[in-house]
Amino acid sequence: MAIDWKKYELSEGFYDELISSPGNARTPARQLANYLGGLSDDEIQSRNIAAESTIKDMGVSFTVYSEGENIDRAWPFDIIPRIISSAQWEKTSAGLRQRLKALNMFIDDLYHEQNVIKDGIVPEFVLKQSPNYRPECVGVNPRFGVWAHICGTDIVRDGDGQFYVLEDNLRVPSGVSYMLENRSIMKRVLPEIFEKVSIAPVGDYPEALFNMLASLSPRESDSPVIVVLTPGIYNSAYFEHAFLAQRMGAELVEGSDLLVGDDECVYMKTIAGLERVDVIYRRIDDMFLDPEVFNPESQLGVPGLMRAWRKGNVALANAPGAGVADDKVVYAYVPAIIRYYLNEEPLIPNVETFLCYDDEQREYVLNNLDKLVVKPANESGGYGMLVGPHSTKKEREAFAELIKADPRNYIAQPTLALSTAPTLVGRNKAEPRHLDLRPFILQAKDSYVTTGGLTRVAMKKGSLVVNSSQGGGSKDTWIVDTTAGKS
Amino acid sequence: MLSKVAERVYWAARYLERIESTARLLTIYDQLLFDMPKQINLGWYNLIVINSLEEDFSERYSVQDERNVVKFLLGDATNPGSVFSSLKAIRENIRTTRDVIPGDTWELVNELSQYVQENLTQGINRSNRHEFLDYIIRSCQQIIGLWQVSMPRDVAWEMLQLGQNLERADMTTRNLDAAVAAIMQLQDDEFAVNSHQIIWGNVLRSVNADQPYRRAMRQSVKDKPVIKFLVSDTQFPRSIAFCLQEMKDAAKALPRSEKIIADVEALNKSVLAVTKNIEVGQAFRDELNELQIAVQHLHFQISTTWFLTDHKQFAVAQ
Repeated sequence: MAIDWKKYELSEGFYDELISSPGNARTPARQLANYLGGLSDDEIQSRNIAAESTIKDMGVSFTVYSEGENIDRAWPFDIIPRIISSAQWEKTSAGLRQRLKALNMFIDDLYHEQNVIKDGIVPEFVLKQSPNYRPECVGVNPRFGVWAHICGTDIVRDGDGQFYVLEDNLRVPSGVSYMLENRSIMKRVLPEIFEKVSIAPVGDYPEALFNMLASLSPRESDSPVIVVLTPGIYNSAYFEHAFLAQRMGAELVEGSDLLVGDDECVYMKTIAGLERVDVIYRRIDDMFLDPEVFNPESQLGVPGLMRAWRKGNVALANAPGAGVADDKVVYAYVPAIIRYYLNEEPLIPNVETFLCYDDEQREYVLNNLDKLVVKPANESGGYGMLVGPHSTKKEREAFAELIKADPRNYIAQPTLALSTAPTLVGRNKAEPRHLDLRPFILQAKDSYVTTGGLTRVAMKKGSLVVNSSQGGGSKDTWIVDTTAGKS
Repeated sequence: MLSKVAERVYWAARYLERIESTARLLTIYDQLLFDMPKQINLGWYNLIVINSLEEDFSERYSVQDERNVVKFLLGDATNPGSVFSSLKAIRENIRTTRDVIPGDTWELVNELSQYVQENLTQGINRSNRHEFLDYIIRSCQQIIGLWQVSMPRDVAWEMLQLGQNLERADMTTRNLDAAVAAIMQLQDDEFAVNSHQIIWGNVLRSVNADQPYRRAMRQSVKDKPVIKFLVSDTQFPRSIAFCLQEMKDAAKALPRSEKIIADVEALNKSVLAVTKNIEVGQAFRDELNELQIAVQHLHFQISTTWFLTDHKQFAVAQ
């Protein structure tokens, strides 16, 4: 027996990305569902094995660092793709561009006049207490007024079928290489389906990234020197750093490969001598960038890098200080920020957010901890969270104390009914599993959005945790044009 | 090319060569045992001495016997020159240079690492040692063969040549030293009939040099011609002179190499001087030691010229 969509058990109250009711696929997924339904057990099994061996051959891995050893784990991948219609995607990507454009104007304003505060849109203390606000960046003018050039925005579909923004990652978002690899795996595993369905390609990202970075170069040149700055092999995203450098034909460097000369320009150390660097796509955090300015213990950074950047001798993407907008309290103000700078209504809504520094809202949060998700304002990767419905009384009491002690640092959101998509379980069964989506947005002079993004899926039944370090997997994401059917 | 990438490629080649040479060195001693009269007690500890590992060894073991020596050279994680440690180092270097070295290298190195880890006891126990060492040697040759047929002759290639030939020259001095040490030890032993011939015969075979030796030297296996051959033959790939020539050619293809080329030429002169007056004994061992120091100095020059992390003294490249 093959996959039987009539037996697909939709979860009550959750939106499923592919199946609208048992036996019925949504329009963009119809051909896929038919195709998969027509495969025998053995065929499905052999596709699954093909996917696993492709992953191994291509060396797609993520690194888990534990007990002083690097462990490369094969990338967990589900062969049933997640599908979004191109009409929907057009709207969503316009919303993502809008959001990043406004956020960049916000960051630029914060490091200059701070009109957004003077005009009472965002309260001053949000900025004063933000650990990601960098006084060292005040008055700097990055090209095009853009600070966050690469953004990974996490979006989710709630029970109502609508996309919401969950968070903006403006520091060093990762995952785009897996989005690209997922597509290459898919092409090898289900080649036939690509002939039938009009699936938008995703492969232009490295080119778009390269062009965006090149446009930041302080020197007028056809071939600016671009490098990818990695913390090194022990970083969990090292695979991606190497992947992107290779795809762009850029050098992959570590801090010790660079130096700042007496002329306050950045150079890389090559066997032929020093070569000037124009653009640094940095994948290390602000605090480690330059021991002269930030963490003096940092071995990862380059002494003098901030001097070179402030002088405009080198471009940094993302710019230092861009993380100030990557704060969950700021997040709550993004709709207002969009209206303020662009005079437009936000195209993608935020998830309803309660700010604990506000007395009334805090009261509500403390009284409803069992229903809410509480997040610290400046952590990333899902650390330090309280998921109310899955928490114990003891945990809730502990969180209540944390919130009272430092209300600025906490926000709360209603528990979302994260959408699901069919995921292969065992030999021939598809079951719904929860997922999210991380598209990547680029901005310099113009902006760009990936076609779809990285779909992360919680492989465990009922789980909402999609992080790969905690049992999450991923799926290829298809943007399907239903009007331009292939014959 | 980034200095760091060049350095990693160079070291990958050195470690690979070190693994092969260590395996070959153990083969020499292993084979000697078959040929020597039973009464003779050959000192395995010589292998520790010629690799300058006395201190590291004594921290780990008190008994200087065959088992401990072999274990230390093959599988000891605390010995940075052991086959085990070298493989680990190669993996780290290859992982970070996968874009300039053929991709299959990574898989081959992984396979070899796995084999060594799974079969280490085979190498430590005498019964299957030959098979174990032979597998290691052949795996190394497979990787070198892959490079030979698939790499563009670019900077990465020249860096591999530098690393490989420097390590090879170094190991040839150590092989010679191992042989001379064994000969000196057996000198006064009445049972050690023909010991010179047996020892040199094994040294030559262990580096696949027995046939080339006979063709090049047209002599029987004796101290002087064997030493002369392994030091100064211009056609045999493991002779010191040949390795130096290879290094010179590689350096010529690289930027800012004037000093290295001059150093290689100077070293070549002292190598040829060694062959003028060969007398097996402590004085010759001292000369070999001098050569090893000179090779180390050459490494230091390479490192200063191309890898040094402090580039303040470098001019801006054009």
